[in-house]
Amino acid sequence: MWKAGSIWHLGAMRNLWVIARRELGAYFMSPVAYLVGAAFLVMMGFFFYADVIFTIRSRSEPALRYVFGVMTTILLFVAPVLTMRLLAEEQRLGTLELLLTAPVRDWEVVLGKYLAALMFYLGLLAATGVYPLLLFWMGGNPDLGPILSGYLGMFMFGAALLSMGLFSSSLSQNQVVAAVLGIGLVILLAVISLLADGITNPTLQQILNQLDLRNHLTNFRRGLIDTSDVVYYLSVIATFLFLTVQILNSRRWR
Amino acid sequence: MIEAEGLTKVYGNRHVAIEEVTFRVERGQIVGFLGPNGAGKTTTMRILTGYMPPTRGQARIAGYDTVLQSLEARRHIGYLPETVPLYPEMSVRAYLSFMAEIRGLSNRKAAVERAMALTGVEDRADTLIGKLSKGYRQRVGLAQAILHNPDVLILDEPTIGLDPRQVKEVRDLIQDLGKTHTILLSTHILAEVQQICDRVLIIHRGRIRADMTLGEAMRSQRPTRIFLRVEGGDRQVVEALNALPLVRRVERLEPGVYEIAVADSANQDPSPVIAETVIRRGWRLLELRPVGFTLEDLFLRVTSQD
Repeated sequence: MWKAGSIWHLGAMRNLWVIARRELGAYFMSPVAYLVGAAFLVMMGFFFYADVIFTIRSRSEPALRYVFGVMTTILLFVAPVLTMRLLAEEQRLGTLELLLTAPVRDWEVVLGKYLAALMFYLGLLAATGVYPLLLFWMGGNPDLGPILSGYLGMFMFGAALLSMGLFSSSLSQNQVVAAVLGIGLVILLAVISLLADGITNPTLQQILNQLDLRNHLTNFRRGLIDTSDVVYYLSVIATFLFLTVQILNSRRWR
Repeated sequence: MIEAEGLTKVYGNRHVAIEEVTFRVERGQIVGFLGPNGAGKTTTMRILTGYMPPTRGQARIAGYDTVLQSLEARRHIGYLPETVPLYPEMSVRAYLSFMAEIRGLSNRKAAVERAMALTGVEDRADTLIGKLSKGYRQRVGLAQAILHNPDVLILDEPTIGLDPRQVKEVRDLIQDLGKTHTILLSTHILAEVQQICDRVLIIHRGRIRADMTLGEAMRSQRPTRIFLRVEGGDRQVVEALNALPLVRRVERLEPGVYEIAVADSANQDPSPVIAETVIRRGWRLLELRPVGFTLEDLFLRVTSQD
């Protein structure tokens, strides 16, 4: 069907999109996604309000630093719940066997599903954009730079969490197990720099600090976009997507 | 259409699921794939569908290697796994449409309508799959398998869990599909094989133990009981036949109608000798046929070895 080499990429893109679109549809059919999404938005609204009160009291211009900090923590729990269904449920239903025996490559399945989760998350993130817009509308003069770069940071951070959640989802047929594994995994990588305090070896200390998911958010929140932070998040995403494909692939040598 | 050559699958270096499995299925055949639970049926099917590669050996579907030309081979297969792979939150039409898209079909709508019509699920086209009865789900699974009009259909227990009427419908459908497709069908129901298959493959402990047409299977089995209708002779018939060494016992069911139990030690079909005896005594032979041959006998014999 897609025989010519140049069209091959189109075929892959098409498969990705077909899988991602079905997955997005499943999100909107799932009460869990609505619940988690709603809870996320309500919590963010609450902390946004708190942030505004705080900035008014401290007579500074709002930059949503507080909001981003809280969002970071909430996402550690939200992201794995958003991804828990993706592969675990397919394994439970047996539909994974269907996808993997359809003329689709394993990585297309993984990437397609990841794309869907990413789009759903992007939607949630975009919805919180109402809050900074409110600041403008109310006549505030918020510091736009840190808000925009902060959002970019939140996007990359969340994207990394989702790749880890997807990986966890490939490890179990049970959504709850997948979520718990995922939350454990992301928390581990989000607090790993705490270990650095008790270590004397400076190289190891440096490595642990560099591995920490949250350390790479600092610059973004200050309004700085550092290539190394972007590369870090992209590496985490690539690593976990690669691992996920390997898990699916492991049926070949198990 | 389906070629398996020396397929061997070893799980985790120890557990040998199948060993040296070799068989061919020609175009247009319906082959029943039998075996006790855990004999290696599903493993074989998963290798044929490209879900996993064999440890050794190779398989080809429509001439395409299932490992080296996996995607091409997959395009020629329709597969219904044992657990029918359905998304409960999708409607039948949306699900089939998704599968058609995944398979890259150009005339999606037509393909979906055709598959729904063939499997008789049109009246539930817009129902969510999660709300369907078991019978409908099975048929939607089948619709998915024939969506792209594949050369080869691989069906793992397609009639399991259906009520008798649904079983008949699905069997009729498979038989119908068999006219234009090559079908490998695994099942536990031996009557099903007898009813719809041209050939039977029996796998036991990972090895193929029988590979023959249904006719050959019948002939390979010496009958254990024979039905006989004779005019004349009456009670003498019982006496005469009882004297034969191949006969264990003759039972007179009603005047002129007898059932003969074949001696366990008999290593040949006693029918010729019985016919000869009847004719020699001047009686008229009206009917002589083995009864109670079932695939079950073959199955039990083959699977009780070692």
